[in-house]
Amino acid sequence: MKRQIWLILSSVAILVLLSIVAPLTAAAQTPEATEGSASTPNCGTAPVTLNAYFETGFDLPFKLSEEFTKQYPNVTWNISQDQFANLINETPRLLAGDNPPDLIRLPTLVSFAKDGLLKNLDDYATAFGWDKWPVPQLNQARVADDGTRGSGSLYAMGLNYSLTGIFYNKKLAAQIGMTEPPKTLADFEALLAKAKAAGLLPIMEWGSAKSGMGLAFPLQALMASIGPVGPINDWIFNKPGATIDTPENLQAAQHLETWIKDGYFPTDINAIEYTDSNARFVKGEGVFTFNGDWENADYDTNLAGNVGFFLMPPADASGSPAAMSAPLTYGIAANAKNADCAAFFLNWVASNDAARQIDVTVGGSNPGGPTDATMPTVTTGSITNDTLAAGPIVGKAGSSMDFIANATSAIFAQGWTPELQKMVGGKEDAAGLLKAVQAEYERELAQ
Amino acid sequence: MITSDTHPATPVASRRTHLNKRVRRETVIGWLFVLPALLIYATFVLVPSLLTIVYSFFHWNGVTAATWVGLKNYVTVFQVPDLLGTIINAFLLVIWFSFIPVGLGLVVATVIHRVATGRLGAVARTVLFLPQVIPLVAAGIIWGWLLSLSGLINEILTAIGLGAITRAWLGDFDWALPSVGVIGIWVLLGFCTVLLLTGITKIDQSLYESARIDGAGWFREFISVTVPLLRNEIGVCLTVTVIAALAAFDIVYVSTAGGPGNSTAVPGIQIYILAFTQRNIGLASALAVLLMLLVIVVILPIQRLTRENIQ
Repeated sequence: MKRQIWLILSSVAILVLLSIVAPLTAAAQTPEATEGSASTPNCGTAPVTLNAYFETGFDLPFKLSEEFTKQYPNVTWNISQDQFANLINETPRLLAGDNPPDLIRLPTLVSFAKDGLLKNLDDYATAFGWDKWPVPQLNQARVADDGTRGSGSLYAMGLNYSLTGIFYNKKLAAQIGMTEPPKTLADFEALLAKAKAAGLLPIMEWGSAKSGMGLAFPLQALMASIGPVGPINDWIFNKPGATIDTPENLQAAQHLETWIKDGYFPTDINAIEYTDSNARFVKGEGVFTFNGDWENADYDTNLAGNVGFFLMPPADASGSPAAMSAPLTYGIAANAKNADCAAFFLNWVASNDAARQIDVTVGGSNPGGPTDATMPTVTTGSITNDTLAAGPIVGKAGSSMDFIANATSAIFAQGWTPELQKMVGGKEDAAGLLKAVQAEYERELAQ
Repeated sequence: MITSDTHPATPVASRRTHLNKRVRRETVIGWLFVLPALLIYATFVLVPSLLTIVYSFFHWNGVTAATWVGLKNYVTVFQVPDLLGTIINAFLLVIWFSFIPVGLGLVVATVIHRVATGRLGAVARTVLFLPQVIPLVAAGIIWGWLLSLSGLINEILTAIGLGAITRAWLGDFDWALPSVGVIGIWVLLGFCTVLLLTGITKIDQSLYESARIDGAGWFREFISVTVPLLRNEIGVCLTVTVIAALAAFDIVYVSTAGGPGNSTAVPGIQIYILAFTQRNIGLASALAVLLMLLVIVVILPIQRLTRENIQ
């Protein structure tokens, strides 16, 4: 009897040891980031199956892949999809796995690039001439050797480049006498006060931890309205010594705190999820909402002709408007079998007319690409016209930013969301908010 | 087990060999029966538990090589702010997930046993047990609607003249945790009731009869007969529900995800964020190990209490 127990216990022990040792040693063997091949990359003529991971709920990559196969019939797709929140958790394992994706939606990229899980796209950039595109487009997908973002080697490409700003309900805006978009922050705040006085909800936004705190949008817009965007980007890109706790940002946070105290947001904001916030705005609750052009298709369908868009105005009339603008990033696994074909696809998305048209019609965002590329046509009266027109304004001013929630992988979940929720609940002031987030940022970077 | 009564005439020496052989054979067969379950248990419980302990001594992001850091992760756990808060929240949940369902379950089980033994009792049992069957994610969404600002619960409150206390229950700093607690009661009450009801039916009816002859009322019967004789079942209920509270994840994740402002954050949620969002497997494992120890420390006295009561 004893012998059998020993037999079983020892086999369990061996199992345990094996499973402990296997991942740890396997991890050590993870290959280095390989250089992209130098020949003119393409999909060839032999049958190719691209192994892709897309984000559930967004039609754009699916429509693009269909069009690509129409034009290049030798390429077929093996597409898996998952929710964004799950992708954040799965991506490292997918990239390090036995069947690494040729193309994958990347929620974040610095750590994957540092871990050697992503293909370095520099050679593709040279081969396809991506280097000659307007500079800010690809900056966010560059990672330097020291792990800071914004410069260095290219590790991802955008299928398109989203833009955020303020959408407004035209009927409600007319009620408060808004005839044209505000020119300064003070103008905008006057409109908010009018909306409140008229018994309307000034701003619809979301704040449940389940979808992440939406007040990060107006906060960042305020930061860029009051101060320069450079230091904000430095912070997001993890530049040494960068801090979010600056005098300008403190002013911005104080404005937000006043907005909260003045009742400019829904009282139940801490329980509102992203989808509910949009549904309520579309139903006519809220004069304004801070959101991005990925919602264009929804607004054009459900608020047709009744929705407008403007960029967050600067605090100083002589300043220029700023906006969060981020690429819809897709990368190639370091060990991807069809890296050349995937890179060819990324180049095709930015340069092929049919692809660019899909990009705008389905995705709602600027397709980016070379400066001389033709801008696709948009239905007259569509909100997409307004957001596309706003893009070059931000581009010209050089005032585009990445999202403050993307500074580290957990800064949104562990920093912005709980601290902004506390501010809504009156348990945190502007100064405390920035200090707490900065402390969390430093803790995460030090790990 | 084989007893000597089976072979009364066999000589002692050979009987012992024979017996030993049979015992050994039966033991092997016994282990063979247990083996599939043991393998599954080892693969999905023992191995991951041991791995968690091992990981807790490493700095590891889940992909690249892990580095040995000794007890550093355990030290860090105590330096991360809000951690103490998550543990306090977990203990507050014990009231909602454990004490109330067990207490209420006792009352409901007694009532069903006394007044609704027939079809009504079956219906009541089914309705109360239903939450155990409904997928929690779906239930979480429905509770989200019920507890929202324009939800049914606030509508009812307004209808009965309590409009002043309506609020977004899951987004309110003071009420989010009790609201999550109410969802917990809804989930766990049926489990406790069914378990306790089964226990009550095993109690000798003559005890109730003699209690009644002695002039005991409903309450006296409950205190002097039902509760003492149900201690074993109560122990099981307490164990299961206290673990559900301290190691809570699913109910909290689908209702508030820890918000607003960490007011419903529990260790389970922190472990998840640390491991999968922050990719700090070592720190997450250290917190998990501490949570496991905490659960053991709380559960052991409950177990001991139940065991003493059996004797």
